[in-house]
Amino acid sequence: MDEATLTRTLPAQRDLRGWLGDRGVYLALALLVAFNLAFTANFATVGNLRLQLIQVVPVAIVALGMALVIGTEGIDLSVGATMAIAAALLPLYLGYGPWVAIPVALAAGGVVGLVNGGLVAFVGVQPIVATLGLLVAGRGIALVIAQGRLTELFDPTLAAIGTDRVAGIPITVLIAGAVAGLVGLVVRRTTFGRRVVAIGGNRGASVLAGLPVRRTLVVVYVVSGLLAALAGILDTARLSAADPSFVGLLIELSAITAVVVGGTPLSGGRVRILGTLAGALLMQLISATLIKHDLPDSTARMIAAAIIIAAVYLQRPRVAT
Amino acid sequence: MSADRLVGEAKAVATGTADSGGTEPRAGRREQVAGLLQRGAVFLVLAVAIVAGAVAFGSSFASVENFRNIAISSSFLALIAIGMTFVIIGGGIDLSVGSLLALAGVLAAYGSRQGSLAAVALPLAVCGAIGLVNGLLIARARMAPFIVTLAALLFARGAAFAVSDEGNTTYLIKPGMAVTELGQGTVGGLGVPVLFALAAFLIGLVVLNRTSFGQAVFAIGGSEDAAQLMGLPVARIKILVYVASAMLAGFAGVLVAARSSSGLPTLGAGLELEAIAAVVIGGTLLSGGAGSLTGTLAGVLLLGVIQNLINQVGTLSSYYQQVVSGAFLIVVVVVQTYLSRRRRL
Repeated sequence: MDEATLTRTLPAQRDLRGWLGDRGVYLALALLVAFNLAFTANFATVGNLRLQLIQVVPVAIVALGMALVIGTEGIDLSVGATMAIAAALLPLYLGYGPWVAIPVALAAGGVVGLVNGGLVAFVGVQPIVATLGLLVAGRGIALVIAQGRLTELFDPTLAAIGTDRVAGIPITVLIAGAVAGLVGLVVRRTTFGRRVVAIGGNRGASVLAGLPVRRTLVVVYVVSGLLAALAGILDTARLSAADPSFVGLLIELSAITAVVVGGTPLSGGRVRILGTLAGALLMQLISATLIKHDLPDSTARMIAAAIIIAAVYLQRPRVAT
Repeated sequence: MSADRLVGEAKAVATGTADSGGTEPRAGRREQVAGLLQRGAVFLVLAVAIVAGAVAFGSSFASVENFRNIAISSSFLALIAIGMTFVIIGGGIDLSVGSLLALAGVLAAYGSRQGSLAAVALPLAVCGAIGLVNGLLIARARMAPFIVTLAALLFARGAAFAVSDEGNTTYLIKPGMAVTELGQGTVGGLGVPVLFALAAFLIGLVVLNRTSFGQAVFAIGGSEDAAQLMGLPVARIKILVYVASAMLAGFAGVLVAARSSSGLPTLGAGLELEAIAAVVIGGTLLSGGAGSLTGTLAGVLLLGVIQNLINQVGTLSSYYQQVVSGAFLIVVVVVQTYLSRRRRL
């Protein structure tokens, strides 16, 4: 940014825009909640709050992994397919008990992440292409595993994870909260978190500074794969059915949207965990609000598009050309 | 921005378009072969797939009728992938094309009640307008292409459902209308969509390689700052590229609607990813600044042949097609990355 641009913008304007750019998602969320409190019947009920949280769980968990990946200036398009693979594997191994099936499904997500990370870190393939390959192949693999069928599951443990509550809070929400806390701690308080941000900020400099760039990248994609698998397991548990055709379909787009709207730029170098959660909640509330007010799904999508553009417009790089 | 960095980027453009890396002192025959392989890999794989298909399935695969089918089913993706090639060479990406195809199809069927002209003009105008907004947001407001076109993907899909009353109304194109010929007609044994795809390919080839516009697209993809310093109208060219991509997707949607005599808002989901895959398999680098339309066409045909071969096997479920396509994409990209020596640190 050169001198001319600095002096042209009044300080007050710049501050307001900077503030909005960084916290726009919270403001939007607050406005939407206020609107709902005023105009939506039965909004401020425990039941509704619970419902909204349950519905946001898969996107939130996937978005947390995505935030790490985007923080390294990467992207992971394969998360939906990974959810499908995890869902397809569950019924195959439930015969050995849920404590075998769940780790197997998680491990499959880890393997997908390992392939992505290997391609990105060691082969040097661009993240969008590397993960696109597994987006296409992954759902195919899931459908082959499940032979294209929806399988109903009758496992009490899995059903409990999917639908039970502890102290009134659904277990899936508790799990998502724990994951968010863990990822937030890692980003803020560990060297690993610093490395993620450093790689996204300037990969060349990170290499020159002697950071283990490749290893960090592989771990980031493995974490994204594991979290996607977890989301697939929780979604399957909630529905008591494994549906590899539809579980996690297009979730990569919702997750990326949540991350970007939440203030993590696609160009990497910054990770916003709370912002990501707020972004996921915002997108969920938008569709819930529009449905409650009898606006059709199509309008919801168009308004969501406008909100994405507005949020990202505020955060765009402030360098004039 | 420091002058050093700009000079460095200008150098990167100068050397970046030469695939075999002229900066290395021992850039000998091996490098040339590697460069040739990188650009030609897709043709080789396509030839092998066709020969393998002919050997394995005989005349049920290697027949004029079957090739005609492959050509027709590939022509819609080809139109979209041609626009996508321009976008990607220019250093961008367009995720909205699959939804635009659906929106255009619905609008074509909707507009056909006012005659054939409206059936073509309405979707092209709307898609062009959405492409214009994409281009303005990306080129003027400097927003990331990924997120802008992602929003356009949502918007266009929403609009397609809104026009068709949440998918409850399916507009039909009445039989006997002139617009139907666009999808169902044949000229000299070739389906009209195939002819349009071929025409778009030839025009694209000339525009990309023989006009200053095409060269500017390469330059912008190589280094936007350097292109700006050279005095190229960067913003205007980027906007035009996104408008062209959107209108090609819209035209493909019109052809699909004409072929099926109806407009469905659910069509084309994931088509943007197929188009990107075809472009990348064809040897165009996603980092921009290098690529070829011929490779893209071969990439589209390769995806079409794979699908056809898997259908031929019959006993294999169609899910294998996704697995094979994805595996092909990964293998081709890994080979290309090794050969192009554009590895990052």
